[in-house]
Amino acid sequence: MTITSPPQDTVLPAPSIPAQHTEELGLRESATFDRATISDIQRAAATGVYDIRGWGAKRKVPHFDDLLFLGASMSRYPLEGYREKCDTDVVLGDRHASRPLHLQTPVTIAGMSFGALSANAKEALGRGASEVGTSTTTGDGGMTPEERGQSKHLVYQYLPSRYGMNPDDLRKADAIEIVLGQGAKPGGGGMLLGQKITERVAGMRTLPVGIDQRSASRHPDWTGPDDLEIKIGELREITDWKTPIYVKIGASRPYYDTALAVKAGADVVVVDGMQGGTAATQQVFIENVGIPTLAAIPQAVQALQELGLHRKVQLIVSGGIRTGADVAKAMALGADAVAIGTAALIALGDNDPRYAAEYAALGSAAGFYDDFQDGRDPAGITTQDPGLSSRLDPVAGGRRLANYLRVLTMEAQTIARACGKSHLHNLEPEDLVALTIEASAMARVPLAGTNWIPGAK
Amino acid sequence: MCGIAALQLRNPSLHPQMGSLLSSMMCQIVDRGPDSAGLAVYDTPGLVSEGTSTLSLLGKSQRLPLGEIAASLENLLSPSAAPDVRVVGDTTLVSAAVGTDLLVKAVRETLPDSTITGRGEHVAVMKSVGHPMDIAAEHGLEDMAGSQGLSHTRMATESAVTAGGSHPFSVADDLCLVHNGSFSNHATIRRELKREGVVFDSDNDTEVGARYIASRLQQGDDLETALTNLGKVFDGFYTLVVTTADSMAVVRDPIACKPAIIAETDDYVAMASEYRALASLPGIETARIFEPEPGKVYTWSL
Amino acid sequence: MVTLTAPETLTPAAAQQIAVVDSFSVDLNDSPVRDLNQALHNAIDGQVWTVANPGGKHSLAVGIDADISVTIKGHAGYYAAGMHQKGEVTITGNAGVGLAENIMSGKVHVRGDTSQSAAATGHGGLVVIDGNAGARCGISMKGVDIVVGGNIGHMSAFMAQAGRLVVCGDAGDALGDSIYEARIYVKGTVASLGADCIEKPMEAEHLEELEGLLTAAGRTDNPADFKRYGSARNLYHFSVHNSASY
Repeated sequence: MTITSPPQDTVLPAPSIPAQHTEELGLRESATFDRATISDIQRAAATGVYDIRGWGAKRKVPHFDDLLFLGASMSRYPLEGYREKCDTDVVLGDRHASRPLHLQTPVTIAGMSFGALSANAKEALGRGASEVGTSTTTGDGGMTPEERGQSKHLVYQYLPSRYGMNPDDLRKADAIEIVLGQGAKPGGGGMLLGQKITERVAGMRTLPVGIDQRSASRHPDWTGPDDLEIKIGELREITDWKTPIYVKIGASRPYYDTALAVKAGADVVVVDGMQGGTAATQQVFIENVGIPTLAAIPQAVQALQELGLHRKVQLIVSGGIRTGADVAKAMALGADAVAIGTAALIALGDNDPRYAAEYAALGSAAGFYDDFQDGRDPAGITTQDPGLSSRLDPVAGGRRLANYLRVLTMEAQTIARACGKSHLHNLEPEDLVALTIEASAMARVPLAGTNWIPGAK
Repeated sequence: MCGIAALQLRNPSLHPQMGSLLSSMMCQIVDRGPDSAGLAVYDTPGLVSEGTSTLSLLGKSQRLPLGEIAASLENLLSPSAAPDVRVVGDTTLVSAAVGTDLLVKAVRETLPDSTITGRGEHVAVMKSVGHPMDIAAEHGLEDMAGSQGLSHTRMATESAVTAGGSHPFSVADDLCLVHNGSFSNHATIRRELKREGVVFDSDNDTEVGARYIASRLQQGDDLETALTNLGKVFDGFYTLVVTTADSMAVVRDPIACKPAIIAETDDYVAMASEYRALASLPGIETARIFEPEPGKVYTWSL
Repeated sequence: MVTLTAPETLTPAAAQQIAVVDSFSVDLNDSPVRDLNQALHNAIDGQVWTVANPGGKHSLAVGIDADISVTIKGHAGYYAAGMHQKGEVTITGNAGVGLAENIMSGKVHVRGDTSQSAAATGHGGLVVIDGNAGARCGISMKGVDIVVGGNIGHMSAFMAQAGRLVVCGDAGDALGDSIYEARIYVKGTVASLGADCIEKPMEAEHLEELEGLLTAAGRTDNPADFKRYGSARNLYHFSVHNSASY
């Protein structure tokens, strides 16, 4: 981040002791003040500004890894892999909109802005998603022609900042996503630091070039579900009731928020868990606000079921989806579709070991790089630097993303067939068990080998 | 998260139209809160009478038949109290010529499971779950006369959709409170009030506001001072309307995101969440229409 | 039902042949808002529309993208003339929350008062309010010009990015908090300035700019009576010295 701060102490690089050496010496690392914590304190003391970074929560939280499927054996019959049909399509937004989306796979691309990402990265996301018949989503900064042109199904985010918001793009969108929050920072606004506010980004957002941009955390012209209902009414009037309207919330109180989004008139509710990514947010926010995706889904589903609208108002879940197993687990818990962000960037080439030397030069390493706010991404994805962004070929990147999306879909089908399902939507919580008490309580599925769900009435 | 409509009639010749005016206002705020609704009406003939305490109980059927309730109350109070029990819509009204505290005690003894939603000499409080206009019709709002009326339609945020969780909250004699918004530190204030001996009926954040105001009034604050003090203690977003036997007050939090609009004429003061609720009031074309300033307490007395 | 000779039934060719200005009226006591907006979306340049009995209804005349003139006779609810792109919308009474939100171009004129967030995030065009505007007038404005005849509420021009806000009365608290490159002109008093908003000198170019805005709004105020406010640009980059302002 750009820091204008008083003269700083020069921090000399400490001679590093090889890991095996610390063990030989019998040195003990503090669990409370581990090396990352010590480094954070030193960084804060040197700069006087909180740390801003990209990526989602890095702390370990109960996740889909803590769930397992009960494949068919004697009591249930599996479907034949590759031969017997297991459908994956999903219709999103048919509650009130006359033109709902019909996607071929329930894996969609989450909102990421042009600005946070390069134009090439946005184009690659559009190409990859379109190739497999799914949707991609704009972000805080407006819709680019490249993105619209390359995206068969494009979801247009409606954010507090309204950067680049205009009625022409609104009418061009296949769906409108009203963003209340994201999993990395429920209750927080957007950020984009000066390095990435190039002339084009600044122009789209009506901002001076090179400033550190902060966006509002509340919408400028409505607050609360009673006013949101009127806002949704306005957007429907402008688009002549054709376009589906999603409401995206950062997971913190998803039971209430889902119910209120539905009462306010949403066609689709998007719930983003705390593992969901960001391009630039205070680390303290990323790591300490919001609840895990696993804990959020059953609460959102319960709200929909109590309103009698489960699968009628569709639920999209995001935050830490990596594999087809994660897709299948999210759907078994009641999601209609999922959205991926971080995983999609990795598919494009983010944190690729072939840039190891360059990551090292930035003080990071492949697999650890999270300084998306800095705009110096060696992979050319989270940057506006023309030289760096030209490294990402949008056609090749799109192909990689399409491959990855196909794998996610096939993996989810593999599991669904094993559970005897001819459509991914027929997966149920009863197909799952939990490995840990924590995951069992959060996901509301029994601990493996028992019929016990902690906290269940 | 809700819709509010409130009306104070300064001109007695309008009193017979109180219910029909309030009903037309309420009809326009239904979208803001379709889950449940509540009404408070003041000095409505047939519901309350001067010199008599009236309690409003949730629900049309209590555990006992009406006659048995009256008999028990007469036994506990005295025949001279002349207790009367009747049903209006989904609400049971209990009246007697004794102080409200005595009547509350006798009702609690007779009907330990009942929920008292209103009390006083002037006010009747009616709440239920369902479409707000159905609730208004069931209680016969259209034909009610009165000096003041307050209505609230609710979109429940974090507490349950129950009649008990509906507004108005009436926790002291003739005092009613409705709220649009969401307090962010109500749990702490609830704990403090509980420690002081205040008893709560619901898990609703608005009840904390009502109990706080009642507690301040009891300590000697006038309504305006009580609401000024509320502004110092409560955090979050709110538009509040408070009514007493002879006054009405409106206050918004300092950020003032939740809507409020006031129309004032020589004949009435009306407050609503949205202008459309005021559109059908008589003389609205020449009324003084304004939005209450953030953090400022407005009061009007009959 | 809309009581009009529905322009949506006109083929483009037929529409071309109509040389004279067409007038239409919609009574919202008889027609739903949906029918009004659909008719306005199908309208063609040059038409004149009158809307009777608006009764504070929401989302009136939103998303207009034709060079038409619409007069709403009475009070409007939330988001009147939202995302306006072309032509002119006049409201003879008051307007609710979010008047002309995200306006792109064209003109919106309110003869009465407006509620909070008037012209919020507007990208262009002119919004004229003869009466008072509530809180957050011009919040996150991105190029729109706003002329308010009366007073404006607190937090107006919050995070204002571009455009001009002219206030002929007084301004409430925290005017222009976190302002970027928008310009504010106030004739009356300012209750308080928000973070990073300062008074700036009135140069000849500003007097000229203000004169043009006042004239466009049909006002006769003297530009010399106004003061100018804008960004100190101290919050453009994160600084340890400004931590109290974030």
